[in-house]
Amino acid sequence: MDSRGLASYFEFKNVNWPNLWAATWETVWMTVVSVAIVAVLGLLLGLLLYETSDSKSFAVRALNWIVALFVNVFRSIPFIILIVLLLPVTQVIVGAITGAKAAIPSLVISAAPFYARLVELAFHEVDGGVIEAADAMGATKWQIVYKVLIPESLPALVSGITVTAISLIGYTAMAGAIGAGGLGQLAYTDGFQSYNNAITLVATAVIVVIVFVFQYLGDFSVRKIDKR
Amino acid sequence: MIEFKQVSKTFATASGQVAAVKNVDLTINAGEVYGIVGFSGAGKSTLVRMLNGLETPTSGEVIINGKRIDNLKGKELRDQRKKIGIIFQHFNLLWSRTVLENIEFPLELVGVAKEERRKKAKHLAELVGLGERINAYPSQLSGGQKQRVGIARALATDPDILISDEATSALDPQTTDEVLDLLDEINEKLNLTIVIITHEMHVIRRLADKVAVMENGQVIEEGPVSEVFTHPKEELTKRFVSAEVDTKQTTDVKQVVTNLLEKNPQGKLVELKFHGQQVERPVINELSKSFPELEISILEGSIHQLADKGTIGSLFVQLVGPVEQLKEALTLLEKLQVEAKVIEHG
Repeated sequence: MDSRGLASYFEFKNVNWPNLWAATWETVWMTVVSVAIVAVLGLLLGLLLYETSDSKSFAVRALNWIVALFVNVFRSIPFIILIVLLLPVTQVIVGAITGAKAAIPSLVISAAPFYARLVELAFHEVDGGVIEAADAMGATKWQIVYKVLIPESLPALVSGITVTAISLIGYTAMAGAIGAGGLGQLAYTDGFQSYNNAITLVATAVIVVIVFVFQYLGDFSVRKIDKR
Repeated sequence: MIEFKQVSKTFATASGQVAAVKNVDLTINAGEVYGIVGFSGAGKSTLVRMLNGLETPTSGEVIINGKRIDNLKGKELRDQRKKIGIIFQHFNLLWSRTVLENIEFPLELVGVAKEERRKKAKHLAELVGLGERINAYPSQLSGGQKQRVGIARALATDPDILISDEATSALDPQTTDEVLDLLDEINEKLNLTIVIITHEMHVIRRLADKVAVMENGQVIEEGPVSEVFTHPKEELTKRFVSAEVDTKQTTDVKQVVTNLLEKNPQGKLVELKFHGQQVERPVINELSKSFPELEISILEGSIHQLADKGTIGSLFVQLVGPVEQLKEALTLLEKLQVEAKVIEHG
């Protein structure tokens, strides 16, 4: 690779700004959509793990075991492998294997199990006495979930989704390298493959800014929510 | 009315079967403040949690107002639970909700409309003396204030029964008394049946009409508080009562008693116990009138008011004088129905 010296980082005239903004938008879009789906799916999976954890019934324990296995398997597959592994699935679901939309299934499948574990952990952190109190007051299982478990673990749920969102931003870049679009693709094809270090640098800077924004939003909301 | 009939509960643990509650028969009348005292692990919490189905008995029946409740399930159980308020040692408030929202919580569960919820919660906050703090979060409150929120929350659904599960055990003595006063006030105002679980006899003395003493899963003694305090039968009950009522336990008194016995070996140290109306009698006056030669010095005295209007008092006196007169003095005390115990050692 011809790096053409450090000065190449600063040849900003080579940067196609409209392309950069389009790529930024794609990255943000992929992140926001996948985070939204992961939040819902992870919450449900996490709740399932939590509710089935220490049960005496064999069927429930079996269910817990299956969900846990699913979560552990998908959490262990390196993302770059997962994305190529899932190409046929993506083709079926989205009808395409390139573009921002096509990245969503693998992004969700890789992050949802991770977030589910964080959700399960957050629920287990909720004070057992408070759940018992709600139980003693005649709350239904469902009322306990949405009136006690979720509100009482909200700071942990939000900081969990923040961590997940940030790793998803990283994943979108990897997905970009194999055709999902966004800043990852820009840095890889327009930057690396076209010997345009300035583009790689600018794409990196924008990704860092996006990560910071998500981190700030997450921390800010946790501070707002947490009344402990 | 609450009835426990031959109630037992065994838990299966790794080290085998553990009997937490054994053949308990207990009746609690409506409007009563009923205390259950015992050390931790005595089974009192397990027993009382059967009232709202947080525990189910292995055998026996739990009956509230003529209805068997130990075998309720699903909606029936939830409806039953709404008729019983409970307050906890660690308050168990939702930190994510304000005082007002915490009090509203049980009303939300039953589906009371928002407007009405607000109104009722505000009224209850006033009742427990937190009218000014309705928008505070639990983390901004003291322990005593948190328990007040707990009490208001427990009362929100207008229960017939209030269970207090070691509700003052995490509070300092002064705050404990404030919370006990509040419970007393509520019992009077709302005519609730209150079931108190505690390991502190102080709580029983201040609040309860009747008391049951539990040990190893069994009720070993039971009766009106005045009766149990003045004539405890079982060893454990005596220990509980004397820890609350006696003063000779304190090291100060012990020291003084030892010194006096050494200084006046010919004198007699007597502990007098008074119950009920005897407290108001001029016993010492009668003693000194009848035996002018006796020197009577008062060392220490105390008086305790019981919740059911009984009184219990104790007085340490030293009597110095001729042996004959000492003997007769003790006889006179017996005639006056004052329990007199001669103390030989400190």
